[in-house]
Amino acid sequence: MIKQFKQLAIASSVAAACLGAAIPAAQAAEEQFFMLPSYRVGPYGANGQSFYGGFIDYLSYVNQKGGIDGVQITWEECETEYNNAKGVECYERMKSKAQKAPGPIHTMSTGISYALVDKAAADKLPLAMMGYGLTSAVDGSVFPWAFPLVTTYQMQASAIIKFLKDKNAGSLAGKKIVYLYHDSAYGKEPILALEAESRLNKFDLVQIPVAHPGNEQGAQWQRIRQEKPDYVIMWGWGVMNMTAIKTAQKMGFPRDRMIGSWWAGSEEDTVPAGDAAKGYMSATWNVAGKDVPLIADIEKTVYGAGKGNLKDTSKLGTILYNRGVSAAVLSVEAIRAAQAKHGKGKAMNGEQVRWGLENLNITEARLKQIGATGLLPDVKTSCDNHEGSGKVKLQQWDGAKWVVLTDWIEGNKQLIHPLFQADAAKFAKEKGITPRNCAAEAKK
Amino acid sequence: MIYRETGQFKTSYAADQQIFPIRQDRVGIGILLAVAFLVVPAVAGNYWFNAILIPFLIFSLAALGLNILTGYAGQLSLGSAAFMAVGAYAAYNFQVRVEGMPVLLSFVLAGLTAAGVGILFGLPSLRIKGFYLAVATLAAQFFIVWCLTKFPYLSNNSSSGVISVPGVEILGFKFDTPASRYLLVLSIVVALALLAKNMVRSSTGRAWMAVRDMDVAAEVIGIRLMRTKLLAFAVSSFYCGVAGALYAFCYLGSVEPDGFSLDLSFKILFMIIVGGVGSIMGSFLGAAFILLLPIFLDISLPALAGLLGLPFDGATVSHIQLMVFGALIMFFLIVEPHGLARLWQIGKEKLRLWPFPH
Repeated sequence: MIKQFKQLAIASSVAAACLGAAIPAAQAAEEQFFMLPSYRVGPYGANGQSFYGGFIDYLSYVNQKGGIDGVQITWEECETEYNNAKGVECYERMKSKAQKAPGPIHTMSTGISYALVDKAAADKLPLAMMGYGLTSAVDGSVFPWAFPLVTTYQMQASAIIKFLKDKNAGSLAGKKIVYLYHDSAYGKEPILALEAESRLNKFDLVQIPVAHPGNEQGAQWQRIRQEKPDYVIMWGWGVMNMTAIKTAQKMGFPRDRMIGSWWAGSEEDTVPAGDAAKGYMSATWNVAGKDVPLIADIEKTVYGAGKGNLKDTSKLGTILYNRGVSAAVLSVEAIRAAQAKHGKGKAMNGEQVRWGLENLNITEARLKQIGATGLLPDVKTSCDNHEGSGKVKLQQWDGAKWVVLTDWIEGNKQLIHPLFQADAAKFAKEKGITPRNCAAEAKK
Repeated sequence: MIYRETGQFKTSYAADQQIFPIRQDRVGIGILLAVAFLVVPAVAGNYWFNAILIPFLIFSLAALGLNILTGYAGQLSLGSAAFMAVGAYAAYNFQVRVEGMPVLLSFVLAGLTAAGVGILFGLPSLRIKGFYLAVATLAAQFFIVWCLTKFPYLSNNSSSGVISVPGVEILGFKFDTPASRYLLVLSIVVALALLAKNMVRSSTGRAWMAVRDMDVAAEVIGIRLMRTKLLAFAVSSFYCGVAGALYAFCYLGSVEPDGFSLDLSFKILFMIIVGGVGSIMGSFLGAAFILLLPIFLDISLPALAGLLGLPFDGATVSHIQLMVFGALIMFFLIVEPHGLARLWQIGKEKLRLWPFPH
């Protein structure tokens, strides 16, 4: 009796408190927790600030709009400094909090996501690697818990080749392309894909690595001058990008024949390079600018309420900020998909969020609803395709902003996806994993 | 009062030469090991195992390796991370390429491979000393990382150069829980630390110290310089190699050459400088200080800021953490240039007189 009274008292006081705060009581109960192993200091701190700023702003935006069907989002940041050991420590620290109702984990670091692939699978926490990370995780039969969503380096490389081919009247035969890359996991991933493309399209591929961090590229560009390539495809990150652009100017290589990856195509790369960057092109899977309705609405709603995450609001609408928003959009949509199957208005557990990520179907119509038309491509994932899209746009720096040159370009899936499957099969063999049977699961 | 050897008579050479001649030390170390082996696995959570205890033990082992070379044999080295990389990649290759290779054997082989590479890069030490030798070992640091990046064979043709190690299984038992991995690492580290302690007390260790203090004098009394120096490089690299293998297999699970950068070498060097150069105990204290203090600050600073009502965000906390960490290193080095191990020793001596210092 006394217990009941106590409960009544607590319930009524909670209700009173909620009324006072003008938040419906039902929403406080269900929460979805996002662990954010982010980085805002260290060599890549500037990139992390924009990306995680955008990510958190979208989460705040969803919360202000009433959460994911009433489920509020909570999150916690932990500084990784882009360092693998620190990333693992952060993951272990926040893991127990995330166990009940996790959001997909975004590390924005290839190294950290490699270190987390096995751990996240063992802990049943979904790991998202949007545009980076272990690309063979496209094969969901071997990597049920890892999602290299939207597109991968290999598909991007293939899409860039397709763009160049279209530019050259449908043929690259006899052309010479230099692949200038950050000598790390990130830069090496696309090599197999580029080699396959070079065999198929009969162009000459010259590979030139740049040692980390890449702030001295005299020798590499000397070599490029000797090779006289038609194009330079560049996989750079951080300080390497602006150094490359500046050195290209010094060596007299036209920037409008340089094409960067999506990590070599942000304002952080072009603005410091100044004049030299004019005409430089890059791939991207999300557009820049505030003219996307969603970004404008975030600025109005979140920053209007003084809850914005960015201190430097000039970063709003930059490539990396918008990429953070896109990543958050996909994460939230995955939770929505999970809720549609497992119960609306409830917090989803790891397995359910994983299901949501594997059964994403974000159509153009849905993107329009969110206000994200043109921000990112349509995404449809499945058990054997954790990538979901494989499309990029090409953009060019006009000296002040990024201008989109093309519509979405899809890489050569028939050529690239078998590479992932072969790599995943090798991984499964080394680790002794028995792959899931995707075809059988699809029938169920 | 409690820490005094009065009444403990040594009646044999064996009793006089044991590692811990004082009974209280023996009891203390026994309790410490019992806690580490029995109590910790029962009470610690996954976070403690994965993020604190396992890396602490692994880095203690690496610091121990460097301490043998730098602290005991007096050869300054900046290549410890590279030797760890050799160990990690060697263990991986033995595991993946040789069918049915026992994990422990591949750890030993990894250590031996690292020892071989260590001897190779130790050769310049026969002619040059001090800072010049440090520069020569710097070459090892860059060469090995370059080598692992350059030749795809070494990473089993992984398209990205990152290796992802298979699970650890010994005699059918899978070390897949953090607690079991902790016990495995702890056993290996304890065994190797015991070996190191005995080695530095033996004629080998005395030869190292003689070379460290004055190599000309050591040569005059009949110590073969080449053998002694190269042995120090081999043993040191063996320890670093095993630490590297454990780092890959029991801690991160996947490693890339860039992870074993010069930064890591410096970190290990700072561990022995802060912990105590020329002290086995110091390697552990130093590793604990360098590894755990940043984590402690990282966790406690936001809480402290919250308590004081200061508006700190993640980035500010990271910056403050670096500043506090740097200041603490300077503080300890000024207060006790011989490291934490020396502080510990002073503490013990004071304790012997306590509570009557006169």
